Amino acid sequence: MSETLQHIVIVFGILFGLLTLAAGLIWIERRLLALWQNRYGPNRVGPFGIFIVLADMIKIFFKEDWIPPFADKKVFVIAPTIIMLTVLLSWAIVPVAPGVVVLDLHIGILFFLAISSIGIYSTVLAGWASNNKYSLLGGMRMSAQMFSYEVFMGLSLMGVVIMAGSFNLSDIVNAQENMWFVLPQFLGFVIFFIAGLAESHRLPFDMPEAESELIAGFHSEYSGMKFGMFFVGEYVGVTLISAMIVTLFFGGWHGPVLPPFVWFFLKMMFFICLFILLRAALPRPRYDQLLSYGWKILLPLALLNILVTGAIVLAIE
Amino acid sequence: MTTVFYIASAIALLSTVMVVTRYNAVHALLYLVVSFVAVALIFFVLGAPFIALLEVIIYAGAIMVLFLFVIMMLNLGEIAVQKEKEWLPKRMWGGPGILSGILFALIVYTIMQGGQQWTIVEMIGPVDIGSELFGPYLVAVQLAGLMLLAGLITATLLSKRVKFKDKTGKENK
Repeated sequence: MSETLQHIVIVFGILFGLLTLAAGLIWIERRLLALWQNRYGPNRVGPFGIFIVLADMIKIFFKEDWIPPFADKKVFVIAPTIIMLTVLLSWAIVPVAPGVVVLDLHIGILFFLAISSIGIYSTVLAGWASNNKYSLLGGMRMSAQMFSYEVFMGLSLMGVVIMAGSFNLSDIVNAQENMWFVLPQFLGFVIFFIAGLAESHRLPFDMPEAESELIAGFHSEYSGMKFGMFFVGEYVGVTLISAMIVTLFFGGWHGPVLPPFVWFFLKMMFFICLFILLRAALPRPRYDQLLSYGWKILLPLALLNILVTGAIVLAIE
Repeated sequence: MTTVFYIASAIALLSTVMVVTRYNAVHALLYLVVSFVAVALIFFVLGAPFIALLEVIIYAGAIMVLFLFVIMMLNLGEIAVQKEKEWLPKRMWGGPGILSGILFALIVYTIMQGGQQWTIVEMIGPVDIGSELFGPYLVAVQLAGLMLLAGLITATLLSKRVKFKDKTGKENK
């Protein structure tokens, strides 16, 4: 009984924490961007402007939820739910602290890759169902982008799997007790980070959205809470990629003095801030540039990484 | 687990029928994705989680997105749906329907005969699959690799801009 209760508490704790964090990121992102662009950002509502999150939420809930008459209605409605479902499902396998994990799957990494490849449909279908040429272009760019990063994303993690000898995320964290995997797997980390940026379609890889050329791309026809789901889904996606980087390369919850959960949270916040800094700092490439960059440079590097890691691990054994 | 198996099988069958009967290509594709996920669930129940997830990553994820990309590039609209309707009149369903019905009856008959023997629940992990693939089946893996390489070279050649001379001897790109 108590074990079941504990599990339920973990499930709802992670869900609640995650959605709060995702909402809070709206404020964090706007303040940090403003800081780096030498302006104030939202600073009027509440202390440091933090209640802007509430104001934004109220605004988005009361907006008219409009389905354009020319859209494919069923697909149009399904598309935003897919992104929320998939990012939340992926969070189920992330170990936040020792024993605090929703689903301790023995093939955790593969589960993450599978769910993230399903998540692409959200963007692509939204672009198609909107029946608008800018949205269609956005959706097509997303599928092209997916071909470029999906393969080397999976391969970049295999070095970690070889070193830990397991697909299970808790095992991988335990294997990093003495040394973070970012040291021997630095190449894998860089490649996964680039793939993660493309996966969460944030700047510099926000080609499907491309505010300045496609007027918000795949979600230009969306309004109200349907747009809100894309919005929150993107932020949860950013936290997911950050959490995966921390778990796979930066020792997960391991750290001195402070409790494990705090360490995990601090490391995750560092990477979320890095995501925001990259948004402020880098321009957007064209999608054919990303395609050739992915297939001609990053894929061979990821393969080389697996080969060398495998050889060294074999030689030591 | 048996209940899960039957529900997943029913979903797989139903969605596959929907794939065949849809006029809109994108809707058909969506049902195909559901069908793949249902098949992955069947693999999972039968004790092959690794294959189950590969099914989702490769088929439901990568390959279906590629299909979707092509369909979006062609930008099929209402006209394509009308054409599909014309190409697929009701009487076309007769022959294939009877043949598949016979096959289905055969499968049901075999299952009824065999009883419960086919539900072997033994976990097959990544290590088992890896050691099988790179042990007894190494030749098959190598052959598949060669075939993919041939495909890769062909695609590169096709997409390459070839310089050729026209009749006047001038070079064109």
